Amino acid sequence: MKILYFAFLRQRTGLGEETVDAPAGVRDVAGLVEWLKTRGPGHAEALKDVSAVRVAVNQEFAGMDTLIAANDEIAFFPPVTGG
Amino acid sequence: MAVRVQQEDFDVGAEIAALTAGRTDIGGVATFLGLVRDIAGGDKVSAMTLEHYPGMTEKMLADIEAEARDRWPLDETLIIHRYGRLEPGDRIVLVVTASAHRKAALESCEFLIDWLKTKAPFWKLEETGQGEHWVEARESDDEAAARWRNTPHKATK
Repeated sequence: MKILYFAFLRQRTGLGEETVDAPAGVRDVAGLVEWLKTRGPGHAEALKDVSAVRVAVNQEFAGMDTLIAANDEIAFFPPVTGG
Repeated sequence: MAVRVQQEDFDVGAEIAALTAGRTDIGGVATFLGLVRDIAGGDKVSAMTLEHYPGMTEKMLADIEAEARDRWPLDETLIIHRYGRLEPGDRIVLVVTASAHRKAALESCEFLIDWLKTKAPFWKLEETGQGEHWVEARESDDEAAARWRNTPHKATK
């Protein structure tokens, strides 16, 4: 699956995007977050407070309990501040 | 009905002229123009960089626009949002709504900017004398968007 990071999450992970093969046990966004946090200190720091993180699955706002699949595009970012 | 996400500046007068050209059914046009302000919580802002999520941004703006057209009888709508580095006084966002009557145009314009602020995936990085920091989302923006939640569809038809 394709993972995207924006704003402070992009800075802390040091990545705009990455393609990952999550383990079979990862079924939802919450599971993915826990697994991504093990990928390095930057990831752990970026995702440590999920209350400050919003998520989109295939470009639609999603929640921690949203189910995910191998070909999904999953984005993590802070609450939006446009306009 | 149009949505544009671009780095370039835009000309408000030219956009309105293009939107209304040859249209004699439009009775009122409302606009909201957002500019970069140089003060943020007491700090002087020298510049800001707008980051966005290409693909989702256009999709969310199109969804928001469709929602406005579902709620009000609109003849034309236009949303332009810039990204990249901008300085105080620069134009950031333009919302234009056109309808036979002013009430639909004015209300839908306010609705669009309120919803855009809480739903379109943009993030602002401000540069001040204290360094760079990401602008935090405001509760007042959530409240402004929430008050439209119960607006009936085609309320002013």
